[in-house]
Amino acid sequence: MSAADFAVRPTTARQLAGTGVLLRFALRRDRVMIPVWVGVNTLMVLSMPNTLKSLYGTAAERADLVARMATNSSLRAMVGPVLGDSLGALTAWRAGVYAGALAAVVGLLVVVRHTRDEEESGRQEMVASGMVGRRASLTAALLAAAVANGALALLVAAGLAGQGAAGAVAFGLGLAGVGMVFATTAAIVAQLTESARLARGLTAGVLGAAFVLRAAGDAATDDGSSPLTWVSPLGWLTNLRAYAGERWWVLGLFAGAALAQGAVAYALAGRRDLGMSFLPSRPGPAAGRLRSAGALAWRLQRGGVLGWSAGFLLAGLAYGGMADGAAELVGDNESAREMFRRMGGRSGLTDTFLAAMAGMLGLVAALYIVSSVLRLHGEETSGRAEPVLAGAVGRLRWAAGHLAVAFGGTVLLMLLAGAGLALGHGERAGAIIGACLVQVPAVWVTGGIAVLLYGLTPRAATAAWGVAGAVLLIGWVGPALDVPAAVLDLSPFGHLPKLPGGEMAWPPLLVLTALAAGLTAAGLAGVRRRDLTT
Amino acid sequence: MTKAITVSGLHKSFGRTHALDGLDLSVETGEVHGFLGPNGSGKSTTIRVLLGMLRADAGAAQVLGRDPWTDAVEIHRRIAYVPGDVTLWRNLSGGEVIDLFGRLRGGLDPHRRDELVERFELDPTKKGRTYSKGNRQKVALVAAFASDVDLLILDEPTSGLDPLMEEVFQRCVAEQRERGRTVLLSSHLLSEVEELCDRVSIIRRGTTVESGSLAELRHLTRTSVSAELAGPPNGLAALPGVHGLDVQGHRVRLQVDTDKLDAVLRSLSASGVRSLTSTPPTLEELFLRHYQDEVTAR
Repeated sequence: MSAADFAVRPTTARQLAGTGVLLRFALRRDRVMIPVWVGVNTLMVLSMPNTLKSLYGTAAERADLVARMATNSSLRAMVGPVLGDSLGALTAWRAGVYAGALAAVVGLLVVVRHTRDEEESGRQEMVASGMVGRRASLTAALLAAAVANGALALLVAAGLAGQGAAGAVAFGLGLAGVGMVFATTAAIVAQLTESARLARGLTAGVLGAAFVLRAAGDAATDDGSSPLTWVSPLGWLTNLRAYAGERWWVLGLFAGAALAQGAVAYALAGRRDLGMSFLPSRPGPAAGRLRSAGALAWRLQRGGVLGWSAGFLLAGLAYGGMADGAAELVGDNESAREMFRRMGGRSGLTDTFLAAMAGMLGLVAALYIVSSVLRLHGEETSGRAEPVLAGAVGRLRWAAGHLAVAFGGTVLLMLLAGAGLALGHGERAGAIIGACLVQVPAVWVTGGIAVLLYGLTPRAATAAWGVAGAVLLIGWVGPALDVPAAVLDLSPFGHLPKLPGGEMAWPPLLVLTALAAGLTAAGLAGVRRRDLTT
Repeated sequence: MTKAITVSGLHKSFGRTHALDGLDLSVETGEVHGFLGPNGSGKSTTIRVLLGMLRADAGAAQVLGRDPWTDAVEIHRRIAYVPGDVTLWRNLSGGEVIDLFGRLRGGLDPHRRDELVERFELDPTKKGRTYSKGNRQKVALVAAFASDVDLLILDEPTSGLDPLMEEVFQRCVAEQRERGRTVLLSSHLLSEVEELCDRVSIIRRGTTVESGSLAELRHLTRTSVSAELAGPPNGLAALPGVHGLDVQGHRVRLQVDTDKLDAVLRSLSASGVRSLTSTPPTLEELFLRHYQDEVTAR
C-alpha cells in the first residue's frame, strides 16, 4: 500500500483521492463477509488448545507426538512439522497451515471483489467518474484486506495470550502476513485477467502451489528448514516458530513480499486502461452448437466441474499416499486413536484414515453441490434465465439441466476421489472407491436442501451455504470435540456406514437418497409455481 | 381476424405495490401493436405475465389462444422475446447465444441469421462480457428476427441502438409484418411507434387509458393551425374545440380538436386565407396529454 509513492507524475495525493470514501464503502459492502470469515477462522484457532489438551493432556503424550511426527513425513506434508511440545506450539502447528490458507482466501476474495469484479461489472466506470484518484480503488481494496487481516491478528493474539504472549503475537501476525501476501498476489492477478472469476481461480492456484511446495519441503525435513518450505509463504508461517523460539525477522519476509507485490500491482495498474487487462480474452465461435437448455447448463458449468474434478483426484492421490504413514503416527496414542475412530472407521488404522479422508472429501463435495445448485439462482436473478425461459423450455427442463450437473457431478467427483485414493494407496481399489461413493447420498441431501430453499424461498437461497457450512462444521469439528450424538445425527453424513473397515449398510443410503429426491422434488414444485424473481 | 393476445382485467401486486391494476390489451394477428407507457407503468410486468414468468393475481390472459401460465412451453415455441436490457453469459460468444435462442424457439433460418448479423453490423465471435449495451441488444434482436415464430414480443428493444441501427430495426419490423407475423412493441420512443404500429395501447399506472388505431386516437388530439388572413379573424374564439388562440393583427395561431377542424377552416376562409400551415397531431401530444394530469396532480 505504501508502494503508492513510486514514479508518480500527478501528485500521489491526487491519485489517492477518494480512498477513504471507497474504503468505508468497501467495508460496508463486506460488513457480513469479513466478520464471518474472520470469526470462523479465529474460532477454529482458539478451539485448538482445548481440543489438543483432551488429546495430548500430559507432557509425555506431547513429547511422544513430537517424536513420532519427526519420523512421519507424510503427515508432516499434510499439517507441517511440530516444533515444540507446549500446547501453544501444538496449536500453531495444528491450526497454522489451514488458518493461514483461510486468511489467504479471505484476502484474495476481498481484493478481487473490490477491483476486477467492479471493473468487469462496469460499476467501476461510474465510481471512477467521481472524485476518485487512479490508485484509490486498488488502495481501498488492499486496505479492506488489511482491516480483515488486522482484526484476525488482534483476535488470535488476544485469544491465545493465555498460552504465552510472545507466541500469540507472532502467530497472529504470521496469519495476517499470509493473508496480506495473497491479497497482494490477487492485486497483481486482478490486473492480468479480464474476468474476476479467473482472477480468483488463478490466485487460488498460486495458493495451492504454495501449499504443495510447503508440503514437499516439510515431508523432506522435520524442522521446516527445507528450501522448498522457505519458498512458500505458508512455510514462512511454520518458520516464524510461534511458541518455539520466535524468529521475529520472518515477519519481515511477509512485509517485504506484500510490499513488493503491491508495488508490482500498482505499476501494472498504472500501465493499463480501466477495464482492460494484460491477458486478452479470445474470441468465441461465430456459430453455436448448443442445442438445448441442458447443453447450456453443461457449457456454463463445465469449467467448474473440471476444476473440482482435478482437485478431488489430486487430493485423493495425496491422501492415498499418506494412508500408511498416518496409521504409523497414531500408533499407540489412545486418545488420538479414539478420535480417529470417532471420525471414521472401526478397525485397522489405515482403514480408519482412509474412511476419514473419504468422509472429508464427501464434506467438501457438499460445497460443490451447493455452488452448482445455486447456479440456478444466479442465472435467475441476473436476468439470464429469462430469455431462455421465453424459449420453448419448461422451467423444470431448465432446472433439470443444472441439477443434472450438480447431482451427477457429485458422483463424478466422489468417483475421482476414490480413484485417487486407491491409486495413491496402491491396493483395494474396489473397497476404497466404494467408500467414496457411499458419501454420495449424504451430499445429495445437502443439494436437495439447496434446491428446496431455492424453489420455495428464492430470496433465502444463499442460506444453502449456511447449511453446507453447518454440515462441514459438524463433520470436521464434531468428532474432535465431544459433541452430543443428537447434534452429529443432524448431519446426513453422520448416518453413513464407515467404509472401508466398517460394515456396509444399505438402509441409511436408501433413506438418504429418498430424502434427497423428496427435497429436490419439493423444491422443483416450488420453482414451477412461483413467480420468477427479476 | 383472430386475436394474438387478449388480456382483460389483469391484476398483479408485489407486496404493497400494485403493478397492474385491471389492465386490458388486445392485439390482432398480423398487426404491429404499440404498447406505450411511462417508466414503471407496468409494461414489463404485463409482458412477463404474457411470457408465463409471473402469475397474474386476477384477470385473464391469452397468448396465441392459450393460457400463458399453463401452456408456456407450447406458446414459447411460437414466440420470440427481446428484453429491454439484455444480459448475456460472459464466456459465450454472441453467435453461440443467437443459435441457442433460435433452437430454444421454433428454429432459426441460418441464411436470415447471417443476413441480419451483416445488417446489424454485429461481430458474432465476441464474448458476451465484451459487448456494449447496443451490441447485446443486437444479439437478442438478430435471434428474434431470424427465428421462425408467429409472435414477437419486444420490450423497449432499441435502447442503446444508434439511429442507423434504429432504422435497420424499423425495416426488420416492417418485414415481419409483411410475413404476416404479429409484433407487440413496447416503447417510449414515440416516433418509432408512430412509424411502425397499426394500433396502439397506452397504459398508465397499470391500467389501459387508451387503445385503438392511430387514426382513431387522432380524434382525441389537436391539430395546430397557423394562418395569415386577408382581414381580421372573426368569431374564432366562440367556436367549440378551439384552444390557445393567439391573434396578432392578421396572423392567427391556434390548436383545435381534430374532429372540430372543419368549422375552424370555414371560419378562416370567410376572412380570406393568404397562407395556411396545419401540423397533424403527433403521438407525442397524445402521449403527453395522458401524463399531463399526472404531472399536475403532483
